[in-house]
Amino acid sequence: MSPESTRRIVGPFNRVEGDLEITLDIAEGRIAAAYVNSPLYRGFEQILQGKMPADALVLVPRICGICSVAQSAASALALADAAGIEPPKNGRLAANLTLATENLADHLTHFYLFFMPDFARADYAGRPWHAATVERFRATVGSAPNQVLPARARFMQMMGLLAGKWPHTLAVQPGGSTRPLQSSEIFRLHRTLREFREFLETVTFGARLDEVAVIAGRAQLDVWRARPGGGDLRAFLAIAEDLDLWHLGRGTDRFMSYGCYREEDRRLFPAGLWHGAASALDIAAIDEDITHAWYAAAGLPQHPATGSTLPVAEKDGAYSWCKAPRLAGQVVETGALARQVVAGHPLARDMIEGHGGSVAARVVARLLELALVLPAMERWLTELSPGEPWCITAPTAEETLGVGLIEAARGSLGHWITVRRGRIHNYQIIAPTTWNFSPRDAAGQPGALEQALAGLPASATKALPAAIHHVVRSFDPCMVCTVH
Amino acid sequence: MDEARDLIDQCVSGATAVDVLCIEGSLLRGPRGTGGFHRFGGGAKPMIEWVRQIAARARHVVAIGSCSSWGGITAAGINPTDACGLQYDGEAGGGLLGPDFRDPGGLPVINVAGCPPHPDWITETLAALAHGSLRAEHLDDYGRPRFFADQLVHHGCPRNEYYEFKASAHKPSDQGCLMEQLGCKGTQAHADCNQRLWNGEGSCLRGGYACIRCTDPGFEEPGHAFSTTPKIAGIPLGLPSDMPKAWFIALAALSKSATPARVRENATADHMLRAPSVKRTKK
Ligand code: SF4
Repeated sequence: MSPESTRRIVGPFNRVEGDLEITLDIAEGRIAAAYVNSPLYRGFEQILQGKMPADALVLVPRICGICSVAQSAASALALADAAGIEPPKNGRLAANLTLATENLADHLTHFYLFFMPDFARADYAGRPWHAATVERFRATVGSAPNQVLPARARFMQMMGLLAGKWPHTLAVQPGGSTRPLQSSEIFRLHRTLREFREFLETVTFGARLDEVAVIAGRAQLDVWRARPGGGDLRAFLAIAEDLDLWHLGRGTDRFMSYGCYREEDRRLFPAGLWHGAASALDIAAIDEDITHAWYAAAGLPQHPATGSTLPVAEKDGAYSWCKAPRLAGQVVETGALARQVVAGHPLARDMIEGHGGSVAARVVARLLELALVLPAMERWLTELSPGEPWCITAPTAEETLGVGLIEAARGSLGHWITVRRGRIHNYQIIAPTTWNFSPRDAAGQPGALEQALAGLPASATKALPAAIHHVVRSFDPCMVCTVH
Repeated sequence: MDEARDLIDQCVSGATAVDVLCIEGSLLRGPRGTGGFHRFGGGAKPMIEWVRQIAARARHVVAIGSCSSWGGITAAGINPTDACGLQYDGEAGGGLLGPDFRDPGGLPVINVAGCPPHPDWITETLAALAHGSLRAEHLDDYGRPRFFADQLVHHGCPRNEYYEFKASAHKPSDQGCLMEQLGCKGTQAHADCNQRLWNGEGSCLRGGYACIRCTDPGFEEPGHAFSTTPKIAGIPLGLPSDMPKAWFIALAALSKSATPARVRENATADHMLRAPSVKRTKK
């Protein structure tokens, strides 16, 4: 901290899953440096050591009540990899459907319940859109939450049939799904998807999903916005233009995706890295740096396959329970925007052209995914074949390794397992928010959110501007996963 | 942020009355009793200190989920964070607030256990508190509301006919009963999951996987792999609640010998191989 700067500690944050605190160094009316801290340690990686490998399927979903299926899916993939098996087609489709249900519900929740209520703050009284935003989006009492919550609950009935319950299912297994569906049940799932499609088309988009899915750039987005139809996305785009949210919250310009939703011979969204141009993702180049995290220093940054988690109560220079994952030593951003940029969606690529990631681009990318994934779910349902197998079993070897990489709503989630003498010897998890909200590394590079906050206007004494909330929430953080 | 801090400070000082303190998540006492593994953002004070102070002021204290009830999953394995519940540490009374804790109306911590608890269990408990109708006799021995805890998960399970004949599933996705091979504890687990149902028409058993007794203290360390049934001499260790062992063995042997072919064949298939036969009553 330079002598003329003032330090402020910001937290706790409401409408964020878990605990978050941010320390800001403020100088000359701006944030000179931000330090993102997860003030909670949970110890799942230590709990998993010594357990039977299959028990991971019980333990890891309980890391989080909102990314539960994502954790199950990553674990099931890691165990399948360790056992050298692949689920039958029905099992693969059921896993896609289950994960997609959770991811889409999360996108909806984020937009309506976590992100938009910030624009109803009194800070914005006087903006032309403020009165309508208060009526529609104010937390708990607005018209939107009261419309969205029942629609979401209805959509989540997908989970009752696909996975028994949500959260914390055991239906997602390395060998497929424990829940064979019969044809009448598949019709019921179709009906639920149809209702959700109608909700999105009338309430969220004021347009058909396929019209939204083909918007190919910012200019087309503006043309689309000017058309009649209403819907909450149009309301957000008006706010984004007025507040210039397209230039707020640029992080690192590197975007990463592990890819997800396996189809016959490809993934619906492929894996990769984007930094001005596409490149292949080198998983071996992932390391976790613990220089500024409260873990025993084991020397150099560690690849998760051989990583360790040894909490220490005190450590010089440490300020978070979050480790700092890096890809080839670089900070990357992960999430719906990264996923669509890597997948090559023209709107996603255009939204970051010139000015990198932004609050607006992250939010639009999430809603775009609603329009892209729901039709894929309808297709997967038609591909299910009752009577064909749903699940296979295979004994796990006494000594083996596995890795499971998937995309949760919030971004790239990886599980690395080592089995020795039939028990879990090591289990390391890197969650999406661990990437986005990481502390500094040995080289002093700030994490993605830390970079996105630097330079924002802030006062040393007065209430902090709402822009800080927009930036933090644009990543849709999940702190409980971060500090598993 | 600042508003949230102010509100919490007022709850501690008593300036704002707290009707119900709901706690989700285990209480982390580590490292070495400091509570430092979980600080409340924006200050140095550990979460357990805030909880102790506000619990002393609240009209009622409710644990939402098995973590804040008994420690739960966070207390599994080596329990790295020294996690416990509000008034229990596993099966032992105590926890953060101590066995003698009572709210001003004389109620202990109300344990809406479950991992996760059913949303209705939470809302119906809060509704009963708001209505002033929840009394000590409405809680079971572990402080759980009886309206869900006096049921067994086995009640209403669609696999009951398979259970009757001990026609068992052998692998995940089979239709048979999951008790004999795949770890189901529904006959001992206190909850109404197969009567109330989850997400429309679901439950663990309807989803094809074992009940792991997640509403009970200590469920996180069953002493065996969750999805396999531990046995001695072929007899499952965890017998149904209130069932004498000798009777269980005798009945199981008898019912196995009487299993209809339909039930036996369907038990190990993932779809119906034989439908119940249709009888005509008039010739
Ligand atoms: S699967 Fe479990 S709950 Fe269902 S009938 Fe068998 S023992 Fe009972």
